[in-house]
Amino acid sequence: MNSISLKFVREPINKHLQKIPLGIIHVIPERCKECNYCIELCPRDVLKVGEERNFKGYRWPVIADGKALDCIACKMCEWICPEFAIFVKEVDRTEWIKS
Amino acid sequence: MVEVQVLREVVSSESPRDDLIRRERFPHIWCPGCGLGTVLKCYVEAIASSDIPRDKHVIVSGIGCSGRMAGYVNIDSYHVTHGRPIAFAEGMKIVRPDLEVTVISGDGDLVTIGGNHFIHAIRRNVDINVFLVNNFIYGMTGNQYGSTTPLGARSSTSPYGCPEYPFNLPLLAAALGAPFVARWTTLHVRQLAEAMKKAMKVKGFAFIEIISPCPVGFGSYNEMREGMDFIKFFLENCIVDHNADLNKVAISMRPGDPIILGNFVEREAPTYHDLEREVFRKAGWLK
Repeated sequence: MNSISLKFVREPINKHLQKIPLGIIHVIPERCKECNYCIELCPRDVLKVGEERNFKGYRWPVIADGKALDCIACKMCEWICPEFAIFVKEVDRTEWIKS
Repeated sequence: MVEVQVLREVVSSESPRDDLIRRERFPHIWCPGCGLGTVLKCYVEAIASSDIPRDKHVIVSGIGCSGRMAGYVNIDSYHVTHGRPIAFAEGMKIVRPDLEVTVISGDGDLVTIGGNHFIHAIRRNVDINVFLVNNFIYGMTGNQYGSTTPLGARSSTSPYGCPEYPFNLPLLAAALGAPFVARWTTLHVRQLAEAMKKAMKVKGFAFIEIISPCPVGFGSYNEMREGMDFIKFFLENCIVDHNADLNKVAISMRPGDPIILGNFVEREAPTYHDLEREVFRKAGWLK
């Protein structure tokens, strides 16, 4: 967990009850047009430009190195994507990591 | 196995909203960075979360880039002549009051060529929703300046700056008595979808002005060549103020001049349908 700014914030007493959701990012490569909205607007910088190209020559977004568990399923990428090319499925973080 | 899956994005072939879009037509024709796809996404989400059944929704669109909108939504959709989607929608709503008629079209189509229909539909207070996608320019015909191009902005027909004042559309709609007037950008996706949902519930003319990036048209003449340049501009300059003075919400698209957003007007007024029924009752045609 990234806790740079949390250093100065008092810890909530019910913190152990709070669940941070985990988002599993799904991409449809054929639809992507590389507008970079999902990459630039992700609040946790989970995505980066991929290396492969689709049939139109655009590089679709992939998860940046080591950021796979940083997605908190805010779904900003899903909402802003003009192409319906990316979507997030929310799962239970603790159960997902256990299994 | 699961761990390997979570470390990479999952490559899929269909999105959860594919039942409401015509997926065989995707990817759509709009440029990379265009805001129209985001408007489509918000409209589809608004349909999915509204209480109105899907087969009661109708979309009408005119000519222009945004005119393609009707072709991508998997509901009853109509693509009509230039400037006339409001006239068409009015007729449809009067004949079939049970339908939820939505017009999504561009600024050139709705307020420049179809400006008179726009004014008179609000004056009559016909119960339709009009979502106007404002990209400040005639995009499809070759980036000429139009009635919403900000003063001083460059375009293919105004290389030294547009000499005209643009429309202040929320003020125009509110002055004519529209019961719902809002303005959002394509960056404010959730607020936009909420406003669309509200507009579908409103009795009477609901108007939302959607400020959309146009990196290839407006942007290429005004130093905003990528969609992200527009989004950064929106992030820096947008102010949400639901009680803003509508005389002061005109857009200049200059850094430092705020773009004021919000659900400006929410009021109730008798619709054309109610008033028409009253006349019919007086004339004895209805019991």
